[in-house]
Amino acid sequence: MHWVNVICLVVLLMSGLQIFNAHPALYWSEDSRERTKVLEITQKQVDGRSVGITRVGPFEFDTDGFLGTSRGADGTEQPRAFPTWMTIPGPQWLAMGRLWHFFFAWLLVANGVAYVLWTVFSGHVRKDLLPTRAQWRGIGRSVRDHLLLRRPGGEEARRYNVLQKIAYLGIVFGVLPLIVVGGWAMSPMMDSFAPGWVDWLGGRQAARTLHFIAAMLLVAFVAVHLFEVVITGLVNNVRSMITGYWRLPE
Amino acid sequence: MKNPRPLFEQRRERRRFLRAGLAAAAASSGLAGCDALSNNETAVATLHSAERLTYTVQRALGRRAMAQEFSPADIAPTFRPNGTTLPVGERYAAMLANRFADWRLTVDGLVAKPLELSLAQLQAMPSRTQITRHDCVEGWSCIGQWKGVRLSHVLNLAQLKPGAKYVVLHCLDRMDEDDEQSLYYGSVDLDDAFHEQTILAWELNGKPLPVENGAPLRARIERQLGYKQPKYLTRVRVVADFGNIGAGKGGYWEDQGYNWYAGI
Repeated sequence: MHWVNVICLVVLLMSGLQIFNAHPALYWSEDSRERTKVLEITQKQVDGRSVGITRVGPFEFDTDGFLGTSRGADGTEQPRAFPTWMTIPGPQWLAMGRLWHFFFAWLLVANGVAYVLWTVFSGHVRKDLLPTRAQWRGIGRSVRDHLLLRRPGGEEARRYNVLQKIAYLGIVFGVLPLIVVGGWAMSPMMDSFAPGWVDWLGGRQAARTLHFIAAMLLVAFVAVHLFEVVITGLVNNVRSMITGYWRLPE
Repeated sequence: MKNPRPLFEQRRERRRFLRAGLAAAAASSGLAGCDALSNNETAVATLHSAERLTYTVQRALGRRAMAQEFSPADIAPTFRPNGTTLPVGERYAAMLANRFADWRLTVDGLVAKPLELSLAQLQAMPSRTQITRHDCVEGWSCIGQWKGVRLSHVLNLAQLKPGAKYVVLHCLDRMDEDDEQSLYYGSVDLDDAFHEQTILAWELNGKPLPVENGAPLRARIERQLGYKQPKYLTRVRVVADFGNIGAGKGGYWEDQGYNWYAGI
C-alpha cells in the first residue's frame, strides 16, 4: 500500500503542476479576481527580456530560470510556471495532465480508503499512532532531540516517537482528506450535490488554493520523511518496509 | 572501539545500496517514461478509463442536482471571455451587422418536428435567469448572470424520437481561421440537456450577450466546465451517437484529447 501511495503521489503532484500551469495563479475567493489573488507565477519584461517571477501576496520574488521561465526539452528558455522536469507530461499539455491526474486520483482514493479502514479497525491508530500521555509530556525533549538529530536507542526506537506520530496522524487524517475535499470542490458536478458546501472552504478558488497548499505540505512531509529514513538507517528502514524485518539500532 | 563489521556484511550493504540507487534511477526514468506513455494508445486508453468511472459515480450521486446560484452582489465586474472572442468570416460579420435578424437556430436530428427559430421567437419563450459560477478547464472561475430559454423547452417543442441519446450543439466560430470546416461543437447527454439550469442564453448580466461571450446565443450547462458550454450557437442536433461527427469524440476539444465528460 505504501508503494502504491508513492507512485500515486508522485504522479498526482507532477500532473497537478501541469494543470496548475494552465492558469498559474491562486485566489482566496469564490471566483478569480485580481484583488483576491494570493499567488502568481508569471513573467515581467526587464530590458526587453522576459524574467520569471513569483508573486506571493504583496511580495515579488525573482525566480527566473525555475518558476516563470525555464528551459524546455529543446534547451531554449520558455515562459512556463513550473519547469518541464516537474510536470507530467513534460510539455504544456493540459488535456493529458488531467487524464493522468484523475486516473491516479481514483487509485489514491481506493488505496487510501483501504488504508484508513485497516488502521482504524486493526487498532494501528490506537496502539501505534496516538501519542501516549507520557509522550505528550516529553514533547519538548522530542523536539530538542530531533533538532540535534539525536536518535532514540534500544526499545524506545521500536515505536513511533511523538513528533512522528503527530506528523503521520496529521497527514493521514488532515492533509490527505483536505487535498481530496479540495479536489472535489473544484468539480462543478460535485459542487452541485449539496449547493453551497464549497463556501465552507472559502469558495471554489479558495478550495483550489487549499488543494495546492495541501500538496505543498505533503511535499514538505515527504522531504522530512525521506531525510529521517536516511539518517536513521536507510538500509535497515527500507528493508523493513519491504520485508517487515527490522534490526534494532545499536 | 567497536568491532568493524565483517567484510561480507559491508559488501552486502553496499550491494543493497547500489540496488536502491538503481531502483531510484529506474523510477526517475519512469517519469520520462510518462511522456512516452502519453503518446501510447493503450496507455492513454487506460488513463481515459477513469472518465467512465467518474461519469458513472457522479451521475449515480445526482442526475438533477442543481449548481449553486449566487446573489447579484457576487457577480464579477467583467465576465472573462475565453476561446473565440470574435468569429472570423463574412457569414458572422453579416449577421452581426444586422443584429442577428437573419440568424436562425436549427433544431433537427432525431426529432419529430424540426425547428428554425429566430432570436425573437426564442426570447418570446418562457425564460430562466440564473447567477452561476463559470469554471474553466484551465482553473479559473467567474460569476455571471444569464438569461435564456431552457434547452428542455426547445427540445420538447421539437419532440425527441426514440433512440435519442445526445444533444450536439453546433457553432458559428471556426477554431482554425483558414479552415471553414473547423467549426466549434460540443455534445451532452440527455441528463444535462434536460437539466433545469441548462439554458440557451441571450443575455449576460442584464445586457444582450456580448460578441466575445457568444452572441447571439450560447449554452449554459452549469455542472460542466466552460468548454462544454458552446458559444455562437447555430444548430441543436439530437443524435443517437456522435461517432460520425467531427473526429468522433463528441466535441472540438474532445477531438483534441480532452475528456467528453467535464463535470470534474
